[in-house]
This record gives sequence, C-alpha cells and structure tokens, in this order.
Amino acid sequence: MSITYLEAIRLAQQEALASDPRVFLYGQDIGAFGGAFKATKGLHEAFPGRVIDAPISEDAMVGMAIGAAIEGMRPIIEMQFADFSSVGFNQIVNNAGTQFYRTDVPCPITVRLPSGGTPGSGPFHSQSLDSIYAHYPGLVILTPATVEDAYTMLLEAVQIDDPTLFCEHKYLYYHLKADALPDEALPVGRARIARPGIHATVVAYSAMVHESLRAAEELAAEGWQIEVVDLRSVKPMDTDTILGSVARTGRLLAVGETFPWGGATAEVISRVASEGFHLLDAPPQRLNSKDTPIPYHPNLWKVHRPTAQTIASSLRQLLRY
Amino acid sequence: MCYGRFRNVATDGLRPPAPPPPTNHSILTTRTHARILEGQTVIVPGTDLTGAFRDQYTRTYRHMLLARVLEDRLAAVYRAGGKIVGGVYVGRGQEAFSAALGVQLRKGHDVYGPLIRDQAGRIAFGEPILDAIRTYLGSIKGPMRGRDGNIHRGRPREGMPPMISHLGSFTAVINGMLMARRLQGREAERAVGGTGIGDGGLSTGAFHEALNQAAVERLPLVVAVANNQYAYSTPTSRQFACHDLIDRARGYGVRGQVVDGTDLAACLKAFTDAVQRARAGEGPQVVIGKLLRLSGHGEHDDASYVDPALRKGQAGRDCLEVAQTFLLDQDWATAAELSAWQREAESEVDAAFAIVYREALPDPYQESWQALSRADLVEGSSHAGPEL
Ligand SMILES: Cc1ncc(C[n+]2csc(CCOP(=O)(O)OP(=O)(O)O)c2C)c(N)n1
Repeated sequence: MSITYLEAIRLAQQEALASDPRVFLYGQDIGAFGGAFKATKGLHEAFPGRVIDAPISEDAMVGMAIGAAIEGMRPIIEMQFADFSSVGFNQIVNNAGTQFYRTDVPCPITVRLPSGGTPGSGPFHSQSLDSIYAHYPGLVILTPATVEDAYTMLLEAVQIDDPTLFCEHKYLYYHLKADALPDEALPVGRARIARPGIHATVVAYSAMVHESLRAAEELAAEGWQIEVVDLRSVKPMDTDTILGSVARTGRLLAVGETFPWGGATAEVISRVASEGFHLLDAPPQRLNSKDTPIPYHPNLWKVHRPTAQTIASSLRQLLRY
Repeated sequence: MCYGRFRNVATDGLRPPAPPPPTNHSILTTRTHARILEGQTVIVPGTDLTGAFRDQYTRTYRHMLLARVLEDRLAAVYRAGGKIVGGVYVGRGQEAFSAALGVQLRKGHDVYGPLIRDQAGRIAFGEPILDAIRTYLGSIKGPMRGRDGNIHRGRPREGMPPMISHLGSFTAVINGMLMARRLQGREAERAVGGTGIGDGGLSTGAFHEALNQAAVERLPLVVAVANNQYAYSTPTSRQFACHDLIDRARGYGVRGQVVDGTDLAACLKAFTDAVQRARAGEGPQVVIGKLLRLSGHGEHDDASYVDPALRKGQAGRDCLEVAQTFLLDQDWATAAELSAWQREAESEVDAAFAIVYREALPDPYQESWQALSRADLVEGSSHAGPEL
C-alpha cells in the first residue's frame, strides 16, 4: 500500500469523523464533490450531515466554527486555498485567537490551509501564511512535512482545545508517499531531526524540509554532513531542538517558503542569536522566497522560492565562513 | 449627557396620573390606540393587551429603566475620571428595541449575541448588572477579569459570548452556536439565536456573509437592526443607497419587519413574532428598528453632527418616556409606582457599584499571560515577552 500526503489528510478526517461525534467538516465544495483537491472524497456519503458545503464566505465559515466550538463541537474548516483565508483572517486572529484569553473558554477549531506553491498557480493560489498567523497569540500553527505527520498532526489538531491552523503543503499532496500510517508520533511542539549531520544545521518546515534534504544530499557528495531539522510546528517552535543541533554544528541556515520580511525563519535566527550566540561559528543565515508576489510562470516560480540548489549554495557560503 | 428635550427619568418629575383606566385591560381605549398608531410602521392593532402582554411590557420597561440608570451611572463615573478607562458606550434611546429582543430569549436555552448598545437586552436576557460594572471597572471577579472591557463581555458557556470590536463578525458566531445544536440533534429544543447590528455594521462584508449563511442554512436567527441614523458620525446616506433597509432582508430571502424602535409595544410585538417564527423553523428573521442614538457614539463624543430635525422627529423620541406615558395611559402603573421602580433601579445600581468598588483589580504579577488553554503548547517564557 502506498499513501500520499493528500490521502493521509483525507484518512485523518475520516478517522476524526468516525471516532468523535463532535467533529464536522465545513468548506467550499467539500460535500458530494469531495473538495477542490479531493481531500474529503467520500466523506459526505460516509458521514451524512457532517460534511457541509459552505458558501464562498471565509469570514462566516470561521465565525460559524467558533460558535460551534463554543457549543462543544470540533469543526474542521477547509479553506479551498490558504490564500483565501485572508478573507477569514479577522475571525481567525481576532475572534478565535482571543477567545480563551478573554473568556477562559477554549476555542477548539481546526482550519486547514492548503498552502504553498505549485507551478502555474500564481500569486493567489500559492501562498504560505504560517508566519503571519504565528505572529498572533492564541493560535497553534502546524506545518507537517511528511505523510506520517500530515496524518497524526491533523488528528492531533482536532484534539487540541485551541484554534489550530493546519498548513498542508499542496506541492506535497501527490509527491510524497508513505507505505503505512503510523501508530505513534512525536507530540506537537517537538521538532524532528530529519537528517543528522555535523557541519551545519538547516532548520526548515513543510515542503522546504524536502528541498533542504536534497541540498544536504548534494553537499554530502562534497563531503559535508548537513543536519536538517524539521520544525513540524512553527508555533510552538521547538527552540531546544534547534539549539541542540546548532550546538553540534556551529552553523545555522533557516529556510522557509514565506515572504522574506520577518516570519518563522527570522524567529529561528533571533532565538539562536540571543540564546545560542556562543554556539555559533558563523553568522546565522536565512533563506525565504523573493519579496514579490508569487509569479505564475514556472520559469519564474522555480526561482522565487528556495530550492535545493539555492539552499545548497547558501550552505556552501555558510560553510566557507 | 442628555439632550435638552429628553427628559431624564433620573431627575425629572413624572407625568401626572393618567385619566381613569379603561375597565377592560384587554382592549385599548380608542384614544390611546389612535395615539400609539401615529407614525408607526408596524401596526399595533392585534397586539394582545391582556394580562400576559401587560406583564411582559411592564417587565421589559423595568429592564429598560435599569439599563438607563446603570448606563447613566457608568457615564458619570467615566466622566468623573480615574475608575473607568477607555470609554463608555451607551444604548440611550435604544433600550426598548434592545430589551424587546432580549426578553424573548431564555437564558440557558437560547443564544444571545448583544452588541454595543444592548445593555437593556443583556439585562432582559438575564446578565447580572454586576457583569457590566465589573467589566467596566476591570474587577477580577467579572467575566473578563480586566482582559477585556466595557461592552466586550459575555459568558460563552451561558449562551452569551462576548462580541469582538470588529463589526459584523459576531453574527456568524451565533450561527455556529445554532448550527452546533442542529448537529447535536437538538433542533427539537427549538432554541433561537438573537443578535444585533447597527446601520453601519450592516455595511460590513462579514455581516453580509453571515446573514447569507444563516439564510442558506435556514437557521433560527433573529437579527435586530438598530437603524439609529448614524454610525459614529456617518449618516445613513453615506452608509447605503437602498430605498429601505427592508429590501436587504428580501435580498437574502429572509423575512423582515420594520418597527418604530421608540415604541416598546411595537418592538415587543415585532420581536415576539420574529422569535416565534424562528422557533417554528421559518428561518432567519430581521427586525429593523427606526430610532435615534440619544447619546454620542461614546461618552467622549458630543454628537454635534446629529441633524436637529431628527431629534425633533418620531425617531428622536425617548423610548423610556414613551413607555412611561403608555404605562400611565393604560393605567398599568401609577406615577408613584414609576417613581418607586426608578428608586429601586437606583438602589440596585448603588449596591452593585458598592460591591465592585471593593473588589480587586487585575494584578500583572498574578496574571497567567497565557493565550492558549493547552499550557504545554505555550511558548517558553523567554519567547513570550518581558519578564516582570
Ligand atoms: C469592522 C469595524 N470597523 C470599524 C469599527 C469602528 N467603529 C466602532 S463602532 C462604529 C460605528 C458603528 O455604527 P453602527 O453599526 O451604526 O452602530 P451604532 O454605533 O450606531 O450603534 C465604528 C465605525 C469597528 N468596530 N469595526
């Protein structure tokens, strides 16, 4: 059996619906149609009344989820693309994100954000919004990079009593495959060493983990052993694992697909600079997408975001220092 | 705080006793009937003036009165300085419209999403005035414990979540609370969700999305649209271009009514009908109240931009005065009773303030500074802001 990242997401939702009567799914075209990416295929039939088509109203979709959560439900909202969650942004950051702090009543909603670039998707179907949401208090931001994490972390997202943004990467939907789904997983908030090494640390998450692994492979041929840390969740961020890795390697490159101003990679650098300055043998580096909207044509798109090649060349510079 | 022509019930004398009462309370005298009808959009004939209506009217009036007395006090404390920071936002002139919805809803059964000018509706729904005072003063015994203030208060677990400031975004939350009951197989309980919006909030995309959503799902939602002629300083002519707001309801496939929001009898009739229809499964209901904000946007605002003609017109009537006249005319209350109720409201407010003044204010050293309920997912302290 071979399970894709997308299939893992579908199976996790099936499992959540089957095991927890509080769970329901709400999003555009997710009912009989099975979703724009088919992440809910068959669930409408299997769970009548619990997989609900929404009007094109991202604000009201999230608002509805918040109200349902107050009344004891565990909604999973599917944004058709992460980009469109900007229309529901207010509900996510100001309503869901503030509710527990203001009222002591948790707000257990899960918002699925099909994120990141694929060739030809253009400026409005390619964005990664993990960093902008991570900026706000009261939210948990999950960024799974593997089929296994896509499955277990989505199930965990539903269990978390706080608003959780599940940033699933569209590029990984069909590219990534696993033989079986896991029974066990690291807890949310713990990073994973995706590849051990001694010469430099790459901290990455989501699709960038795979670009980083390819870069590490390339550098291995040149004799460098690169450690790749998969953050798994951008918030909370596992600073201990990052610092532990930097303690071993003395060199840090943080890689993310979001726009370059601020964000998760800047957060990694800032934490290591302030808490692990003495561990560093070279100035810590970061690599993000270019500071333009995400271009449509593959010729432009492929160099807009970090790739194995640009990560490898950043690493070479870092190792030369 | 109050315009010259509006009598302040707290200070002004009350009307002379009404003429001899009609012998049968179940029908209006022709004289009274005709007078009530003046300028009203929804027709009062057919209003049940039996004991039950009298009882509801009187009860609602007393909620309105308590709200007015409470808000006058909050405004005075704010103006005196020191105790209330941020601002005070009152529902002066909107008490009838607000309370007429709140009084239809049963706490513990229905859902209520009060907005900025719904103090009267909150009292009618059953929110203790202590919650209001504690939230304004920041008492740690209040529902918001100094973490949020003034009108941003509520108790989600009691069917009354707190609004966020962002206008329009509350309605979908009420939809969700109703949707949850459907998904839980509890529709037979026939719970209703009531909420409010202003003529300004009506222009938000969020409100549009939510009302459309409620209509698509046929949720038992009752929306009280308080058309108080201004959104802060912006008149309705800069807010919408449709001839009548009732057209909006039609556009959503939702039933709408327009009432004279200064007339408690008309408001009660409209909301009784709307809530009954929502309970019966007829889908969302919109009630538009024509009235005037008889205050500034907040107590910091002198409302000098309000058109004086509006103040003199039907919408500019003070709903509390209108109700007092009605009570006297119907002989449902004597002037002495009205005065006694006024005094009761004042002492209730006095007593509540006295309690809250003794309560502790939030202590930054005791504060958890935790925005997640899952403590294990909270970022380590060195990434979470300054140490105290
Ligand atoms: C989305 C949003 N934009 C702006 C504001 C600032 N604001 C607060 S109240 C208000 C006026 C609201 O007018 P209306 O909805 O008519 O209610 P009213 O104050 O008249 O009761 C404005 C502009 C806000 N709270 N939310």
